[in-house]
Amino acid sequence: MAKSLFEKVWDAHVVEPEGATSPAVLYIDLHLVHEVTSPQAFSELEARGLKVRRPDRTFATLDHSIPTLRPDADGNRPYITAQAEIQVHTLEQNAAKNGVRLFGYDAENRGVVHVIGPEMGLTQPGYTVVCGDSHTSTHGAFGCIAFGIGTSEVGHVLATQCLAQRKPKTMRITVDGKLQPGVTGKDVALTVIATLGFSGGTGYALEYAGPVIEALDMEGRMTVCNLSIEAGARCGMIAPDAKTVEWLRGRQYVPQGAAYDAAAAEWLKLASDEGAIFDKEIRIDGSAIEPMATWGTSPDQGAPIVKGVPVAANEDQARALKYMGLHGGDSRDVAKVDVVFIGSCTNGRMADLRAAAEIFKGRKVAEGVRALVVPGSEWVRLEAEKEGLDKIFTEAGAEWRLPGCSMCIAMNGDFVLPGQLAVSTSNRNFEGRQGPGSRTVLASPATAAASAIAGHVADPRQFMALENA
Amino acid sequence: MSVPNQENPNSFSSRIVVLPEANIDTDQIIPARFLTTTTKAGLGKVAFNDWRYNADGSNKDFILNTIDANEHRVLVAGNNLGCGSSREHAPWALMDYGFKAVISTEIADIFKSNSLKNGLLPVVVDQMTYDKLLANPQQRVTIDLETCALTLEDGTVFTFQVEEFARQCLLEGVDAMGWLQKRLPLIEAYEQSHGKAA
Repeated sequence: MAKSLFEKVWDAHVVEPEGATSPAVLYIDLHLVHEVTSPQAFSELEARGLKVRRPDRTFATLDHSIPTLRPDADGNRPYITAQAEIQVHTLEQNAAKNGVRLFGYDAENRGVVHVIGPEMGLTQPGYTVVCGDSHTSTHGAFGCIAFGIGTSEVGHVLATQCLAQRKPKTMRITVDGKLQPGVTGKDVALTVIATLGFSGGTGYALEYAGPVIEALDMEGRMTVCNLSIEAGARCGMIAPDAKTVEWLRGRQYVPQGAAYDAAAAEWLKLASDEGAIFDKEIRIDGSAIEPMATWGTSPDQGAPIVKGVPVAANEDQARALKYMGLHGGDSRDVAKVDVVFIGSCTNGRMADLRAAAEIFKGRKVAEGVRALVVPGSEWVRLEAEKEGLDKIFTEAGAEWRLPGCSMCIAMNGDFVLPGQLAVSTSNRNFEGRQGPGSRTVLASPATAAASAIAGHVADPRQFMALENA
Repeated sequence: MSVPNQENPNSFSSRIVVLPEANIDTDQIIPARFLTTTTKAGLGKVAFNDWRYNADGSNKDFILNTIDANEHRVLVAGNNLGCGSSREHAPWALMDYGFKAVISTEIADIFKSNSLKNGLLPVVVDQMTYDKLLANPQQRVTIDLETCALTLEDGTVFTFQVEEFARQCLLEGVDAMGWLQKRLPLIEAYEQSHGKAA
């Protein structure tokens, strides 16, 4: 029988099939851990006298609570609170006690959990990947079933390497056509979310397919999968192809040499079979996608920048516009931008920083705008510095920081002040997400950079030397 | 008060509190800056923190500041409750505040799963039942986990769905981690046969 990508990976990980009264026991290949959602899980293990069962499949990093400013001359890090520092030390202790590899401050690979997993080749096609973090869907770009779990389930995986799970329904989202120049994976994702709605993916595993998805680079595919949760879906996947295989080749944790080619041959068989049945199918015309920016307080409240701020169609939208301080019918250049944030698990990779740098190069951040560029990992930071991107950012007037989640979740001291309007390459524009009273516009790295230059939400194409422009 | 039923320990009655906004995400239920905790305790005081308090700590005009939490154990919220972040701190905060059940026309996947693991019952209702709850936002309802019945004050009974394993965990105190641990021989056999042994 023809199987979908999701079904192939799911079936290969069923330890015990589901029944009427019991869920499936699903095996987890890779468990990623960070400081925020793990302490209570480790405490639960300790209370039961248990240790991490498979430390070799468990990897930890520091990303959410850590400062992105450099330590002082004595090596003290500027934690936002003593509690944040305690949380970091708690993970250091839990990892040491359990023999779990922690990519801590001394590690060259520390970074945002969904950036470093693929970067090191910990993430491999056909894997099941979980983390106590809803943006774990990112790893689906490699043909993984990858989803966020709560802290109780973090404990389950630490103790047994398995989860009790019901099989979700499947939905294929086919993006046809060819993207216009200047349109990115982020714009595709924001269009998909606007199409599905904020809860349109609830209960589904998504598969992204079609020529637009195939043409995206791996970074763009990660951005698309990363945002699956913003349509309510726990996971989003893309079939591995030649691009996937070349991107992962030679990375630290993948098989090397002939063993890699043998593994890759298996990965390429994961694609959905011709005739695979999905519970739901939708198609989007990729040629019609334009640079997007959100205007409201949920990620599905987005629209092409050129179309301006939409007029509220219902009470929820009116409430969102009021919170954002935006007026339906206005062009996007009316509202002044205070902060621009470039980074996060959604858009903190090399391709994202290069796209932003292309816009920043030789230009200046508009007066009154604070721009923050935060690399997704130490590897991204060093690579960007090697290419001189940090100089481009700082010469334009932006701050260049150490890796971390930073202003995306605003729990480390990097935040947007009450009432300020931020253009952010992150994933959530919820009320207060970037700090109490903060107002967030989600957009691509190119759009965020263009907005920093213009001082208002701006279509990046005006700053690009486009072939077809 | 929330009244436990003497004859049926799996049933309780309580007044409801209504937050009609749609898409209440877990960042609203507990803002990220409170997630640096390493325990589950005491999060009720920051539940809906930014809806409850001004920056100076004074109270905002918000319903959770005006009710007695002991009297209102059931939160009724607009569609797509609990969307966004996977933080289990959200159900921890709601339970510590005093809630025993949440009701909405749609409840986000991870929040629902997290709630069930902590004994906060997520009840998904149809639009008609939701409208009846909103029409009388002071009402007392009865929720019975054994029969999966939500009984409104006017006598309307709505039968809700709870994933059967989760229901058994709640009803019989089955411990999900223990349930998985009992399967360790199967898990080891799987690892052996799939080339995944340590």
